[in-house]
Amino acid sequence: MSVIILLFLSMLKIGCFAFGGGYAIIALLENEFISKRKWIDHDEFLDVVAIAESTPGPIAINVATYIGYKLKGVFGAVVATVGMCVPSFVIMYLVSLFYEQFMEITLVAAAFKGIQICVVYLIASAGLKMLKKMKKTPINITVFSVTCVGMILCTLFDIHISSVWFIFAAGVFGLSVFFLKRRKAKGEDNK
Amino acid sequence: MIYLQLFLTFLKVGAFAFGGGYAMLSLIGDSVLKYGWMTEEELLNFVGVETVIPGPIAVNMATYIGYEQGGFLGALLATIGVVLPSFIIILVVAACIKNLLKYPAVKTFIASMRPALGGLIVSVAVTMALTVFFGIDTISSINLSFDWRTLVVLAVVIAIPIIWKRIKKKEFSSILLVVISGVVGMFLFGI
Repeated sequence: MSVIILLFLSMLKIGCFAFGGGYAIIALLENEFISKRKWIDHDEFLDVVAIAESTPGPIAINVATYIGYKLKGVFGAVVATVGMCVPSFVIMYLVSLFYEQFMEITLVAAAFKGIQICVVYLIASAGLKMLKKMKKTPINITVFSVTCVGMILCTLFDIHISSVWFIFAAGVFGLSVFFLKRRKAKGEDNK
Repeated sequence: MIYLQLFLTFLKVGAFAFGGGYAMLSLIGDSVLKYGWMTEEELLNFVGVETVIPGPIAVNMATYIGYEQGGFLGALLATIGVVLPSFIIILVVAACIKNLLKYPAVKTFIASMRPALGGLIVSVAVTMALTVFFGIDTISSINLSFDWRTLVVLAVVIAIPIIWKRIKKKEFSSILLVVISGVVGMFLFGI
């Protein structure tokens, strides 16, 4: 079978079983492309994951695009990305057809009152995990708190500021501190 | 025009969604709530449904909202929109600037965004918790309510992962936790 078809089928398969978001999918990709097919080596895969994490967009899509490009250029990238998206799209599309009727069933609505709480818990624990992993420098703590409190206030007072600005401002702020420190260091060297 | 609006909205989500999964949620939430495509409660329900559907959360979300607002074409355009930035950025990185992450300035910029992402995720959890537990959406729309049954569900979803970790030394599956909270919700709120 040609590499292109294999690539498409592999991505399709992973797309079908990719429960639990980004990192769960990475484990599947690793299993398929490093352990089984040996299409890329372990070190490169780690680099790919690092790039996927630091560029915007779903991590799984980023990794799929990269692996596809690596194997068969732009065409490979298209095939891999489409393969990864198709299961999601088809399943979600079918769910959408019945979603509203399904939600109107009394017992289902009751179940979702419980599920909502679980979702709040899952989101909170994801956020707290990031907080735990974060280096507790004064700058990081400030950025974290300002973003968190700022967004909560925006929501409560119905002010529409896109969270993009908070993310971007944090990046620019960090970069400015970085350049200031470097300049200071250089200045001290010159003395 | 709804098709263009869907495409551009999800293009923005795809272009600025750093950090994957739940970090994307605040970004999606921004637009979705602004255009009235979903209420906060519907968003919560959707995230609950989403955990048992494979694939990246952003793709699922794009497909669903696209379908609701613009049928098949809407779903397709929203999904293409959310994937396109990832695809292009990864292609550029893979083709020309593989050592992108070796530049200290790039590294700093990306690392500085991380605390903001953590803050965003926690802020989403807090505002959602205010809605779910107390009925507070914004300062101007408070229908203060409190139901002891919500606390029972919360106690269950907090206790199970902690006990499981003590006994099995492993993370509890979030899919299973969503299912359990649904069953508990069904008994508490439905019967």
